[in-house]
Amino acid sequence: MNDQYDDIVLAELSDEELIEQMYDDLYDGLADEVAEGTQILLNRGWDATRVLEEALVAGMTIVGVDFRDGILFVPEVLMAANAMKAGMALLRPILVETGAKPVGKMVIGTVKGDIHDIGKNLVGMMMEGAGFEVVDLGINVEADTFVAALEEHRPDILGMSALLTTTMPYMQVVIDTLKKQGVREQCTVLVGGAPLNEEFSRVIGADAYCRDAAVAVEVAKSFMADRA
Amino acid sequence: MQERSVLVIACGAIARELLRIRDMNGWQHVQFQCLPASLHNSPDRIPGAVLEKIRAERDKFSRVFVAYADCGTAGELDKALEGTGVERIPGAHCYEFFAGRDVFFELAEEEAGSFYLTDFLVQHFERLVIQGLGLDRNPELAPYYFKNYKRMVYLAQAGSDKLQSMAKSHADRLGLEYIYLYRGDDPLRALLTPVLENSEAVT
Repeated sequence: MNDQYDDIVLAELSDEELIEQMYDDLYDGLADEVAEGTQILLNRGWDATRVLEEALVAGMTIVGVDFRDGILFVPEVLMAANAMKAGMALLRPILVETGAKPVGKMVIGTVKGDIHDIGKNLVGMMMEGAGFEVVDLGINVEADTFVAALEEHRPDILGMSALLTTTMPYMQVVIDTLKKQGVREQCTVLVGGAPLNEEFSRVIGADAYCRDAAVAVEVAKSFMADRA
Repeated sequence: MQERSVLVIACGAIARELLRIRDMNGWQHVQFQCLPASLHNSPDRIPGAVLEKIRAERDKFSRVFVAYADCGTAGELDKALEGTGVERIPGAHCYEFFAGRDVFFELAEEEAGSFYLTDFLVQHFERLVIQGLGLDRNPELAPYYFKNYKRMVYLAQAGSDKLQSMAKSHADRLGLEYIYLYRGDDPLRALLTPVLENSEAVT
């Protein structure tokens, strides 16, 4: 985004300029630069939560909006997420050590028969960036595994992902299993994936359909606010 | 109007197979108009493009048929076709209608981590898969896309030696097990025959 990038020395920028530059670096998927910027802010005495919220999450929100609006595509978002991951790697140990209380807890997984996890991983990363504790069950997850995770982790939110029209009906199986086990009301169920829509979400008994990772974060925050 | 003529609005990625099936069956009353195969990577644009073509051409033909499956449109193609009287190929995507429904579901059940190729995708792998996923610019993204895939299944229509060799190299490039499965044109032909065999029956 900046033709004179080679001339920029991050450590010489003011806090405000550095944040702006980190937005650009996130947008351009420059992992090393985002990590460097994160470390500089920490060295300047910023606490990890502030770096997370004001630099990384705010930067990824710009990426999320441009993805939603069709300006950025999946490859660019993946590069941005990878850059955010580099910053998170520095922040996570500090956040854990300082006992920063998570905004909420989410269990997430791609349903049985489906191995696609790019969207799920983006959601997980964005949710983590937004201050949620995320338990990722991975891919090809059976209904019983979701139920067991609910009992073990007691999440506020359960997220399910599917990319295939052939696997999305399994979300209904999971929700029916939750009902049978009497645990459906314990958490908010969010669903997402390319072939889904709001109508499908409503029919299977989920609480909301999330079109993309940025929407998932907003919806999750909204449900947490309603719970408070 | 062209007497008893049928227009098939088709995905460009299956044009070669459609022409072969038409010639094999002697369907002189069937004409094809193809939309760009690149829509494969932008399924949200398929319903609008199909509908636009239907509106532009339907008065010139006695019947219109759409040679797309759902193709990642998440039901939006069916919504677009509602009220037009135009039908499409049943199924989720071209892998399903090229393999045949039962065979496709067996393959998916056998290994969920299967990445499918057709003749067209073998030939245009670089443009539609590598460039389409941005791997030409950012090869480091490959693990993000492919780490859960175990094998590449080439569902062959013609399946020439050259195509098989290309498909094998695509699998090797991504570090996937290579499976070759010749299906020919018969599964797709079986789906098209009832709707295209006799224009009078469908007018």
